[in-house]
Amino acid sequence: MNLIAENLLYKPDEQFHLNEVSFNFKKGNIYTILGRTLSGKTTLLKTIAGLLTPDKGAIQFEDKDFLKVPVWERNVAMVYQQFINYPHLNVFDNVAFPLKQRKVDNYEINDVVSKSLKSVGLEGYESRKIQELSGGQQQRVSLARSLVKNAKILLLDEPLVNLDYKLREQLREEFKNIFSQGLSEESIVIFSTTDPREAMELNGEVTVLDEGKVLQVGEAKEIFENPKTLKVAEISNDPPMNILKANIGENKIKFEGIDIDIPQHLSKLTDKNFNLGIRASDIELSDNGFEFEVELAEISGSETLLHLKRGDAKIITSIEEVMNFNIHDKVKINFNTNKFYAFNESGILASSPFGGSYV
Amino acid sequence: MGKLYKFLKYSFITIWTVFVVAPFLWALTTSFKDFNSVNGGATYIPWVDFEPKLEGWKVLIKSPANGGVDIIEPYFNSLFVTCTASLISIVLGTLSAYALSRFTFKAGFVKNNDITFFFISQRIMPPIVLSIPFFLFLGAIDLLDSLIGLIVVYIVLLMPIAVWIMVDFFNKVPREIDETALIDGCNPYQAFFKVVLPNSVPGLIVAGMFCIIFGWIDFFFAFILTFTEVQLLPVKIVALNSSITPWWSLSASALVSVAPLIIVAFIVERYLSKGNLSGAIK
Repeated sequence: MNLIAENLLYKPDEQFHLNEVSFNFKKGNIYTILGRTLSGKTTLLKTIAGLLTPDKGAIQFEDKDFLKVPVWERNVAMVYQQFINYPHLNVFDNVAFPLKQRKVDNYEINDVVSKSLKSVGLEGYESRKIQELSGGQQQRVSLARSLVKNAKILLLDEPLVNLDYKLREQLREEFKNIFSQGLSEESIVIFSTTDPREAMELNGEVTVLDEGKVLQVGEAKEIFENPKTLKVAEISNDPPMNILKANIGENKIKFEGIDIDIPQHLSKLTDKNFNLGIRASDIELSDNGFEFEVELAEISGSETLLHLKRGDAKIITSIEEVMNFNIHDKVKINFNTNKFYAFNESGILASSPFGGSYV
Repeated sequence: MGKLYKFLKYSFITIWTVFVVAPFLWALTTSFKDFNSVNGGATYIPWVDFEPKLEGWKVLIKSPANGGVDIIEPYFNSLFVTCTASLISIVLGTLSAYALSRFTFKAGFVKNNDITFFFISQRIMPPIVLSIPFFLFLGAIDLLDSLIGLIVVYIVLLMPIAVWIMVDFFNKVPREIDETALIDGCNPYQAFFKVVLPNSVPGLIVAGMFCIIFGWIDFFFAFILTFTEVQLLPVKIVALNSSITPWWSLSASALVSVAPLIIVAFIVERYLSKGNLSGAIK
């Protein structure tokens, strides 16, 4: 009864868009596909919808060979990142479209469409033209349309990415509400995003995708705490996790002339050279810290992102307040050594603060 | 600077308007003149400069037996041929354009763009290149000097225009709209007719307008491929010339022949000013 994919491969040109992707999605759950732009997220969702046929591999749903079912009979719903609606129809008709297509009777259509528009906060907009709506409202219309179908598979392809900050926050909350109330035990929600925070908040199973390949599958918390590889650590953190080439000697971690006592959880490291990972939020300004040079300071919302350099080592740190820095300023920082990650030289997690290891 | 620019702008518009409108004014006054008034030099104000006569207009509807030229039949021939050929060209052209815009074709080195260019190349060729083949071809299937034969030829001429405009138009309609229609339960034909086509009305109107204009004004093929049975308006108008040029009926028939295009222009202008043409697709 699950949605099962086996070794999906799609290579329309020189690059893999999907490279041996397999998954097993169960009904009644939310799944997040986390990956950067061009990592194959949209390709994967389109393949599930039936808009693309993979070169190799199989998809099964409800014990049927899904690849043999044409798109229009698959009963999936999809929301695109670009607010796709039918421009020639008004809001009501846009949402009613899939129901009319199914020849549902008018009385029921009115009822279902009204409920759906209400759930996305668009009551009273029924007769508006699509072009008269803001981006956020347009996206709600496509969400409402995807909800009325009661589809067994709901695909959301970066639905929040083209919205401005405030709307994104607001709609993300609404998504969570809609999913928690309206999601039937019968349906599977697949949500793709580039934003690790979104993946964490939806709190379902996360699949990390890069260059068409699945890098790691696991609960959001697990991915965050124990990223399997350097790549996952970069993708699942925003700003990406800082990675420094370091080595161990005389019970110290050494890089760029900095010596730090080895924290307890890294004491069992066997390799001399390794990649040290540390999140931007685990670095703080401190008067008796190590000196770095400011390369760039960006203020984003209520925090300041500092891009720092010392020799070949480049790191980003986030400070929870708005501060002004000049380029080439010297600042002193300290690391929260309890939050150090260690990846071996081939990039596999050797030790994490949460006890994970894939070596 | 601003004032000078405004002055120059409006001067230019005025000169251009005079340039465009003057021939019509000339034709309009001339159509109400007779032999004497025409030969008396350029005059424009009726009842003052010359005595208006309806002779030029009457000739157009009189039958040849009564000394008239009867442009009514050629007029309706032209309307019929132009509208039928335009309609068929739009239907076939739109379908071809959708296929060329959405699906990938490949036959050896021939790909979508080559096929699109093949259509356009029909218009790049000087029409005279096609005249002999068309003549022989229509002769072989016994359609010379017939309305159907002309319609066939005009479809060849007009369909490239429709394909060209519509390919460009469909390329600007996001593919995701088709995909959403498929996801919402439409098969590919329903997606085309229920979603893509209603959103392509502006493109269809522009393509239709071009087809009608190019079909209506064609003289060359109408001249070569018809003789006595069937005559189209442009040929008939030119045929008015005899040893004495009948300026009055020539002017009247010219005005009558331009009338449909003016109506088309007004309709399209209305449509344009409503903003429907640009704003339909984001």
